[in-house]
Amino acid sequence: MPESLVLKGGRVVEQAGERVADVVVSEGRIVAVGPDLSADRVLDAGGCVVAPGLVDLHAHLRQPGQEEAETIETGSRCAALGGFTAVVAMPNTTPAIDSAAVVREVQELARAALCAVHPAGAITVGRAGERLAPLAEMAELGVRLFTDDGTGVQDDLLMRRAMEYAVGLPHDVVLAQHCENAELAAGGHMHEGEWSSRLGMAGQPSEAEEAMVARDIALARLTGCRVHMQHMSTAGSVALVAAARASGLAISAEATPHHLLLTHAACASFDPVFKVNPPLRTEEDVAAVRRGVADGALDVIATDHAPHTPDAKDEPFDQAPPGMLGLEFALGVALSVLDLPLGEVLARMSWRPAAVAGLAGTQGGPVEPGRPANLCVIDPEASWTVEAGATASRSRNIPYVGRTLKGRVRHTVSAGEPVVVDGVAQR
Amino acid sequence: MRHLLDTASLDRPAIEELLTLTDSFVEVSGRQIPKVPALRGRTVASLFYEDSTRTRLSFETAAKRLSADTMTFSVSTSSVNKGESLRDTALTIEAMGVDAVVVRHRSAGAPHRVASWIDAQVINGGDGWHDHPTQALLDCYTLRQRLGGLDGVRVAIVGDVKHSRVARGDVHAFATLGAEVTLVAPPTLLPPSLAGWPVRVAHRLDDVLDEVDVVYLLRMQQERMTEALVPSLREYTAGYGLTRARAGRLGPDAVIMHPGPMNRGVEIAPEAADDPRAVIVDQVRNGVAVRMAVLFRLLGAEGRTGSLGADAPTDTDAPADTPADADAPTDADKESSRA
Ligand SMILES: [Zn+2]
Repeated sequence: MPESLVLKGGRVVEQAGERVADVVVSEGRIVAVGPDLSADRVLDAGGCVVAPGLVDLHAHLRQPGQEEAETIETGSRCAALGGFTAVVAMPNTTPAIDSAAVVREVQELARAALCAVHPAGAITVGRAGERLAPLAEMAELGVRLFTDDGTGVQDDLLMRRAMEYAVGLPHDVVLAQHCENAELAAGGHMHEGEWSSRLGMAGQPSEAEEAMVARDIALARLTGCRVHMQHMSTAGSVALVAAARASGLAISAEATPHHLLLTHAACASFDPVFKVNPPLRTEEDVAAVRRGVADGALDVIATDHAPHTPDAKDEPFDQAPPGMLGLEFALGVALSVLDLPLGEVLARMSWRPAAVAGLAGTQGGPVEPGRPANLCVIDPEASWTVEAGATASRSRNIPYVGRTLKGRVRHTVSAGEPVVVDGVAQR
Repeated sequence: MRHLLDTASLDRPAIEELLTLTDSFVEVSGRQIPKVPALRGRTVASLFYEDSTRTRLSFETAAKRLSADTMTFSVSTSSVNKGESLRDTALTIEAMGVDAVVVRHRSAGAPHRVASWIDAQVINGGDGWHDHPTQALLDCYTLRQRLGGLDGVRVAIVGDVKHSRVARGDVHAFATLGAEVTLVAPPTLLPPSLAGWPVRVAHRLDDVLDEVDVVYLLRMQQERMTEALVPSLREYTAGYGLTRARAGRLGPDAVIMHPGPMNRGVEIAPEAADDPRAVIVDQVRNGVAVRMAVLFRLLGAEGRTGSLGADAPTDTDAPADTPADADAPTDADKESSRA
C-alpha cells in the first residue's frame, strides 16, 4: 500500500476562498479534503495555512555551467524550503537554454529536484539578441516561457518578430522580458541617483528600464503577443504596466522581494550582496512597487533568485556580478512588507504565476480531490531572523541577514512527497 | 578613528585635529633630518591597483619620516598576482603583519571592502570616482595655510566633478570647514544627483569667476570626448579652462589649485599654473605632512603624542633613505586616469 499523508488542522486558503479542513494526499494527488481525516502519516498544520504550492517564474538555478554557485538540486531545495512547488529556471546558463538539447538536459537534471523545475527558453540564440532561437522546438518539449533574462532583447525589429512568431505557435506561450535598454544602462552598477552620485559609482537610470517597458507594451499592442515584464523596479515602469493592463493588453508583470523591501541606500556600504539587476532603487520606487503589487498592476511576485559564490562577491562592488538569493525568503519578505490578506499574497505567488507559466493544470490549483498534490503549509504569524549562511543554496549572497521576517513555511508537499517537514528539507 | 575611508565621515573637529597635527609634521619636514621615531616598529603597506607614483611616494615618504617600515604591493606593475581576488591579496598582506594598508583602487569602495576583511587599519588612497580623503585634507591644509581658514571662503570646483574622487572628497571637507562651494561644469560632467551635497551649481566659469576666492581646476580627460560628454577639448577650454584672460580677472589674493597632474593648456593655462597665486606645488608638499598626520593619528596615538617633535632629530636610525625629491612633483609621474 502506498503511504498516505494528511495535513491536519490547518486553514485551507485557495483561489476560491478559505475553510478549515484536513487534506489527505496519496500517490501524488489530493484524495480527500474535509474535517477529521486520517492517514498513515500526519503532518501537523495546526495554526497554519494550507495552500497551493508557490510558483516562481524567475529563478536562476545555474545549471548547466555554473554548478559551483548552484545546481538544480540545491536550488530546488531552496525553493521547497521557501514553499515553492514549481520554479521556472532562467535560461542564462552555460550553454544557454536555447535549443531542444539543452531543454532536455535541464529536464533530465530536474528529475532529482525537490520541486517541479520548468526550463524557460531563450528568445534568441545564445541570448545574443541577433537571431531567433527555435521557439517551436522548445515549446514542443513543454517550454511555455521565453526570455533572454540577464539582458533585454535590444533590437526593436527582432523583438517584434519574436512576438509575431510566438503568437503563431501551436502552444500558448509568453515572452518575458528583462527590460533594460543597454545603451542607457551601459556601465551602471547601481541605480543612478542620489547614492550613485555620492558613492562615485556609475549608475543605471530608471529610464533604461522604462524605455524598454514602453517599447514592449507598444509591440504587444502591435502583435497581440502575451508579454510578461520581469522584475519591475521603478515607479515609471509600474505606471506604464498599469496603464497597459487597464487598456486590455495581455501583459503580466512581476515584482521581486528585494524591490519590495530594499533601497539603493543599502549600497552605501559598498557590499556587493546588494548589487542586483535591475538595481535597488529609491524609496519612492519601492513604494510604487508595493502599490503596484497591492492594486494588481504587478500581478506576480517572483524571486529572481540569483546565486553567486562568495568568491565572486568578494570583490569591489563594480566588479562583482549582480544578483541575490531569494527563494527561501520571498514569502517572508512579501508577508512582512505587504499589507494584503494572505489570499492576495498567495494569488501573486501561486495561482497567478502558475497561469502565466502555463502550469495551471498542475500548480496553484484548487485544493480538491483529484488535483496534483502541490501544497505548502505556512505559519503566517511565525517571526524569524535571517542568519548569515542559513540557506540550502551553494551560495551565500543573502541580502536580508539580520532582518526579522514574518511568515514561514512549515511543510512543503511536492507531487505528493513531503519534501519539507517542519522547516527541514527531507532530501 | 579606526580607518580613513572617506571624507564624509570626518566632522569638523576631526578634520581640525588632523590639520593641527599636520602643522607639527610640516615643522618636522622642515628640519635638516626630517624624521621622528613615532611609528618605529610599525609597518605600513601600500596596496596600489592603479598607477600613482605621486600618491604612493607621498605616503611612503610620510611613513618613513615617522620611522615606520614600508611595503609596496603594486598590482599594476604585477608584483601581486593579478588573478588573485582583492580579498585574498588583502589577507596575504595582513598575514605579513602590517599595521596599516593604504589602498588605491579603480573601484569605488574597494578600501571599504578591504577594511571589512582585515584587522589592520585601512587608509583610502583614492578609490574610483568616490573619494580621496588625504587629498581633501591636504587641500584643506593648503587653503588654511594661504587664507588662514576656510570659513566663508568661496571655492569654485571646476570641471569633471562626475568622475572625480578629488571633487567628492573636497566638497565635503571644504563645506565642513565652512567654505561655500560652487561646482562649475556642464551638466554632462556633474553627478546625476546632487541631493545632500552642500554646493551650488553653475554651468559657466565666467558666471562665477568674479565672486570666488579659490578656483580649483580638475583634470580633464581625453576619454570624456569619446564618451560625448563634451564635444571637444577646445570647447571645454573655452568654457571651463582657467585661461590667461580668466586668471587676469581673479583678485590678487585669489588661490589657484589643481590636484595634478595638469593638462597645461586644457583646464589650466601655463601662465595660470605658474602664477604666484597658484598653490599647486604647496599641495604636493603638504601632502607628505598630511599623510604623516593621518598615519600618526591611526597608528601612533597611544599616548605618544607628547614625543612627537622633541626627540626626533637625534634619533639614531637616520633618514638617509628618505627620497630627497619626494616633495616635488615629478615629471615622470604617470598618474594614470583620475586625479
Ligand atoms: Zn533579469
